[in-house]
Amino acid sequence: MSENVNKYIKRKVYKKTSSRIAQKFVDAGLQEIRACINCGTCTGSCPSGRRTAYRTRSAIRRALTGDESVLKDIDIWLCSTCYYCYERCPRNIPVTDMIIKLRNIAVEEGYILDSHFVLANNIFYATGHGVPATGENNKKWRDLRESYGLPPLPPTVHSYPEAVKECQELMKAVGFKKLMDNAAKLKEERAKAEKKDKEE
Amino acid sequence: MSEDYKWHYGFFLGCVIPNRYPMIEASIRSVFDHLGAEMLDLPGASCCPAPGVFRAFHIPTWLVIAARNISIAEEIGVNPITGCNGCYGTLRDAWYELEHEYELKKEVNEYLAKIGRTYKGNLEPKHVVQALYLDMGLDHLKDYIKFTFSDLKIAVHYGCHIVKPSDKRPWDGEYEVPRFLDEIVELTGAKSVDYKDKYMCCGAGGAVRTAVKEVAADFTREKLMNIREVGADIIINCCPFCHLQLDLGQVEVNNFYADIIGEPFNIPVIYITQLLGVAFGMDPNLLGLIKNHELTGVSPFISIDPFLNIIKNQLI
Ligand code: SF4
Ligand code: SF4
Repeated sequence: MSENVNKYIKRKVYKKTSSRIAQKFVDAGLQEIRACINCGTCTGSCPSGRRTAYRTRSAIRRALTGDESVLKDIDIWLCSTCYYCYERCPRNIPVTDMIIKLRNIAVEEGYILDSHFVLANNIFYATGHGVPATGENNKKWRDLRESYGLPPLPPTVHSYPEAVKECQELMKAVGFKKLMDNAAKLKEERAKAEKKDKEE
Repeated sequence: MSEDYKWHYGFFLGCVIPNRYPMIEASIRSVFDHLGAEMLDLPGASCCPAPGVFRAFHIPTWLVIAARNISIAEEIGVNPITGCNGCYGTLRDAWYELEHEYELKKEVNEYLAKIGRTYKGNLEPKHVVQALYLDMGLDHLKDYIKFTFSDLKIAVHYGCHIVKPSDKRPWDGEYEVPRFLDEIVELTGAKSVDYKDKYMCCGAGGAVRTAVKEVAADFTREKLMNIREVGADIIINCCPFCHLQLDLGQVEVNNFYADIIGEPFNIPVIYITQLLGVAFGMDPNLLGLIKNHELTGVSPFISIDPFLNIIKNQLI
């Protein structure tokens, strides 16, 4: 992407938003959504939008106009990544991938649900599995494995403690740990501010 | 690698298969062995990491951990294979990205160097169903069929990431109405019944289940109603997360939406290799179909007895 095009996107498209967020949208490669003609094929294909207030087209539109609210509300987390919009968009926008990128920016800004935070920080980072079988609570799953003639723990990170360390080392190096710590901090600050607002 | 086998794969287990639905692991191992395919372990493999969850939190983490997982298979010299659509999505999309972006691959390898690993990218990640259909082929599978189930009506559920994004999948761009899983199912003589929005998502993916369980369950409710409408006896699928959502999620649908679904649902959910195994005349104990324990609160949450009843004459 040439310098000029970058300037154009920021000036024309992200004019009204804070340049910090606009820069993030540009850096993430979200300029592809400039090809959007607002046709609604994505929304029309979306199994999530059929039962929730999530509208794919609107999320794309808000990202395009640099509307920060798209990062804050839960909508983008209701996409099940079924890829129908990605397949059917007549402008060839990889819509689902754009939603994923928006989620990345949301997490960076501290907009991550509690349940997702626990999953990322306390489960995935700690064990190397997203759904682990270790710990007292999970004994029944180890027993279940054995009942089918399998060893109680699979030959994954669960059987190789040094592999968990490898994953953690990678996650630290690539910035995952920092991202999570930062998200936790931002969440806490926001919660405090909200509480204060309520009290006043 | 053993020369007794015609095919060799590195079995990438993921999380849900080994840690929540071990009957699926048992059935994949047994059926592949039976068909002449060796399943080698990938020691120390981690979560893929899940494409709609961890990739949605941080793309670079997703890519680096996925590359590490693939590198374990490369070390052994076999294609990684998974029975999970989510793991397939991750391994395949990461592989595709790294194949097409040299700079990215270089960067990923700089990280992997820190733990003494390298990602080469010469081995395509595969799905269990892809191996059955494209590597072995229907003719090979047909040779093993001992029993057929002409009374059995099956609702086939593909899930999303086995076919989409279609530009990164091996099905010649077909994503609207794929047939490969139906064709495998039909080898067993069972009827794959058509139902409304057959290719719709189960609702669990993309971190939705963890975000709002009721929303995920509402996808599932719609699917289950459409499946019941056509009188299917069982659901066949090829993904443990869909499997969980259709099985455990069925209980949730019965709770959350009791007022709109009428009768509670109790449709057995069976993984494709479990069905194939019975048709091959294999011991149902090897296929994770027989309960040998007194544990409570474990899978399957919806009884599979109605399925075992239909096929009881063929069970050893
Ligand atoms: S389908 Fe593509 S072009 Fe149409 S509204 Fe959605 S993103 Fe825009
Ligand atoms: S990928 Fe997400 S936004 Fe696109 S159609 Fe599926 S659920 Fe909707």
